[in-house]
Amino acid sequence: MSDKIDIQKIAKLARLKLTEIESDKLDGYLQQVVDYIDQLNQLDTSNVQPTSHVLPVHNVFRDDKGSKSKNVDYLTGAPSNNKGHYEVPKII
Amino acid sequence: MHRKTILQAKEDLLQKKYSAVELTKAIYQRIESVEPKVQAYVHLTQDIALNQAQEADQKLAAGQDAPLLGIPIALKDLICMQDTRTTCSSKMLDQFIAPYDATVVSRLKKAGAVILGKTNMDEFAMGSSTENSWHHPTMNPWDLSRVPGGSSGGSAAAVAAQECLAALGSDTGGSIRQPANFCGVTGLKPTYGRVSRFGLVAFASSLDQIGPMTKTVADSALLMNVIAGNDPQDSTSADVKLPNFMNSLERNLSGLKMGIPKEYFTSGIDPEVEASVQEAIKTLESFGMKKVEISLPHLQYSVATYYIIACAEASANLSRYDGVRYGYRSKNSDNLLEMYMNTRQEGFGEEVKRRIMLGTFVLSSGYYDAYYLKGQKVRTLIKQDFENAFEQCDVIIAPNSPITAFKLGERVNDPIKMYLSDIYTISANLAGIPGISIPCGISKTNEMPIGIQLMSKHFDEESLIAVGHQFQLNTEHHLKQPPL
Repeated sequence: MSDKIDIQKIAKLARLKLTEIESDKLDGYLQQVVDYIDQLNQLDTSNVQPTSHVLPVHNVFRDDKGSKSKNVDYLTGAPSNNKGHYEVPKII
Repeated sequence: MHRKTILQAKEDLLQKKYSAVELTKAIYQRIESVEPKVQAYVHLTQDIALNQAQEADQKLAAGQDAPLLGIPIALKDLICMQDTRTTCSSKMLDQFIAPYDATVVSRLKKAGAVILGKTNMDEFAMGSSTENSWHHPTMNPWDLSRVPGGSSGGSAAAVAAQECLAALGSDTGGSIRQPANFCGVTGLKPTYGRVSRFGLVAFASSLDQIGPMTKTVADSALLMNVIAGNDPQDSTSADVKLPNFMNSLERNLSGLKMGIPKEYFTSGIDPEVEASVQEAIKTLESFGMKKVEISLPHLQYSVATYYIIACAEASANLSRYDGVRYGYRSKNSDNLLEMYMNTRQEGFGEEVKRRIMLGTFVLSSGYYDAYYLKGQKVRTLIKQDFENAFEQCDVIIAPNSPITAFKLGERVNDPIKMYLSDIYTISANLAGIPGISIPCGISKTNEMPIGIQLMSKHFDEESLIAVGHQFQLNTEHHLKQPPL
């Protein structure tokens, strides 16, 4: 995989604003790491199942009964809140 | 008093040689005297600790007992404790006050522990040297020009420098075992799912695990009794039988099979580290343990596999830091999207940005199959290596790190070289098995600690504790202390 990585596209997906210097450094880094990771292509994995979790994962259910929630005011940790809501800069 | 193990201090407290308040104050005095050199902590919680110590003294006076009653313990700063800062050593969370206790913290409190403060780490646990902390680096107590390892470097240094009786760390790719190795202490990464992750700030959710960092294996066994066990608040915590880990301390090891993986003793390992590990293997043979050569053929692919999976999961987990609900928010934005982008640019450090970018890349359209899916498939091969190995042996004995602690600044600008320092620890996380690092010598060239790593089957921490404890009963490596 030697295609040029589109740093600006990846940064936008990651919601990261990058300075020009950062962008150059990250470009070099990503190319270097991707070259390193490419060694995995030495392995034939066509008949191997992927592992996303090492142990069997089960849904954890509880009875459909109401219970008291933790008495926590999550809004106090927000950078900005107003009338019981999170406040953000205008969207449109 | 600060030189005591948990088990020694417990005995002393019961015999009223000193009180929990006296012990706590003695530790804070120790912190005051060595912290300017070591910088293991990012913040202390004296008021809370002294209250907890007073409560412990009242309970002791009333003849009550609990597993950790009056025992001063430190927490890595990504474990939430209600009403105290949990910064993950990041600017992003510098002012974050945890609104609730992590399950491990509520269990420690219930067991009577005294929480001293929060220890330094690589930002969001991303690193192997604690140099990626937004606060400050931590120094290795054995040589202040060297790193303590990472990412739980603050916890390891605090235990080694006698700034706590024990600490909790977290291990995603070696972050308990490698710093324990570098600082000459004992560090146990439990089986994935053994300890609840509720209240642990997530890095890579399929790999992260909280574990004890202690002066002895016996202390780790005691801490495991407190922190391990199923938790309905973490759906990945395992609902399996919970042993009394202290019972493993007296197990006879005769006939137990130890597998020696040949791939761990090839190029790249410091000859002194290798010699020290081989010497430790001879000691284990003297207990009647049988040596078997095994193979873990995919070891060389573990670092590449790990960086795909860990970074993919991290890029998803860290998307929550957007400046809306908690943490840092950039002040210079006209609209919402700009606020997200600026907040993340200003709030995250260099290594975190690297890993978010790598993780986003391997998950992005067009690259998912080539990288992320490929990584998950190689993870299966690595897991199968261990399944095959454990058909031939009960525990695996290997070096923990190919090198001893390196100098500050030596690797920080070479990410791949830094990543490769975790080559021996990463595969246990990918396979989800438990691993422990135990001191097994001191280098003659640089006088830094060397560690041995033991690994076992899923949910068989007991064998690690049994072997590790017998090793410490018959050797003195764990008793050596840094020249602070």
